[in-house]
Amino acid sequence: MMISAPGEPILRNHQAQARADADAVDAELAATGDGRAFERLYRSHAARIHSLVRRMIDADVADDVTQDIFVRAWEKLATFRGEAAFGTWLHRLAINVVLGKRQGVATERSRRDDSAGALDELPTRHVTLELGIDFEEAIERLPEGARQVFVLHDIEGYRHEEIARLLGVVPGTSKSQLHHARMALRKHLER
Amino acid sequence: MTHWTERLSEYLDGTLGGAERLDCERHLADCAECTATLDELQRVVARARALENRPPRADLWTGIAARIGVSRPGVASLTEHRARRRIAFTLPQLMAASIALVLLSAGGAWLALAPHPHAATALPVAAGDAGAYRLAAYTKARGVQYDQQVAELQDELDANRGRLDTATVRVIEKNLGIIDAAITEARRALASDTASAYLNLHLADTMRRKLQLLRTATSLARAQS
Repeated sequence: MMISAPGEPILRNHQAQARADADAVDAELAATGDGRAFERLYRSHAARIHSLVRRMIDADVADDVTQDIFVRAWEKLATFRGEAAFGTWLHRLAINVVLGKRQGVATERSRRDDSAGALDELPTRHVTLELGIDFEEAIERLPEGARQVFVLHDIEGYRHEEIARLLGVVPGTSKSQLHHARMALRKHLER
Repeated sequence: MTHWTERLSEYLDGTLGGAERLDCERHLADCAECTATLDELQRVVARARALENRPPRADLWTGIAARIGVSRPGVASLTEHRARRRIAFTLPQLMAASIALVLLSAGGAWLALAPHPHAATALPVAAGDAGAYRLAAYTKARGVQYDQQVAELQDELDANRGRLDTATVRVIEKNLGIIDAAITEARRALASDTASAYLNLHLADTMRRKLQLLRTATSLARAQS
């Protein structure tokens, strides 16, 4: 169990607020064509967006799709009104781009492997120094629907109703896919 | 014994209904298999929440910068950027700033508008009891006038848009979007509360702001010719 030092949560809140404020200033500057401000936004958010894409679609296309997302964000900066944090706005935009691309990528994946059985063929424990890779790889090998619901719900914190709306399914399907994903991933927990 | 394996995620997420949750808990108290599965599912969820984001191995900024048409001079810190801003403003940024200034001051500035080619049909300003100006409320007739003025100014702006810098166009469109959203919201509210004096004044004021912004933008475009 992790124990926070006194004042740590408050400090984290301040840091998060400071970052949100800096993002808001940079977003405003970037909207006037300031490339340096937009680069700062890219540096702040690239890891989260790239990780989202890698988990939702495929590691092979993560670089290209991440670039697409930031280009789209640049083009749509005029629609960012500061009602939510820039990071939230960017994340929502990224989800939309990812979901727009999933059809083509899913087709490509199905050519390479039969995703329904792909996870079962994955060794339960890779020999690697970075234990997290096992679990990340297992997520990437989940069947398409289960993978997207798992990432959105358990990693990104979306609710089933939101996921259902995004994916065009009913909430019951989202719940069912999530359960199947979790059951499949049990085998890939680090011992 | 009927296992609850297929419902354990719902139990874990707290989405099982009250009666089902109690049934599931009773079952878990007696079923080692379901309890073990629940424990594993909890670990999966905890593992997912603990995943750390990793940046891309390659620096993607160069490609992004090329696609959006900005150079890559290196990242300045925000503090450094602010320190440089006094000498770093470009013409488009100054134009954008002037538009922002207009927007900020529009609430009062419209009272003293100079005659304008489109001002003959401008939304009226009414005198208050004490001689002070007050806003004239929105009416359907004024709404028609407003729509005509907006259409004329919008046409002129569209025709001359190419003279404006991209950054300036971006700022104009962003602020027009904000104002349009406010107008839509005010109209929606008025539809359910047509007698509200506040909403009528608010809508009229917001529409004036849009007119003023369009006038400023068209003036900027004309000045570039």
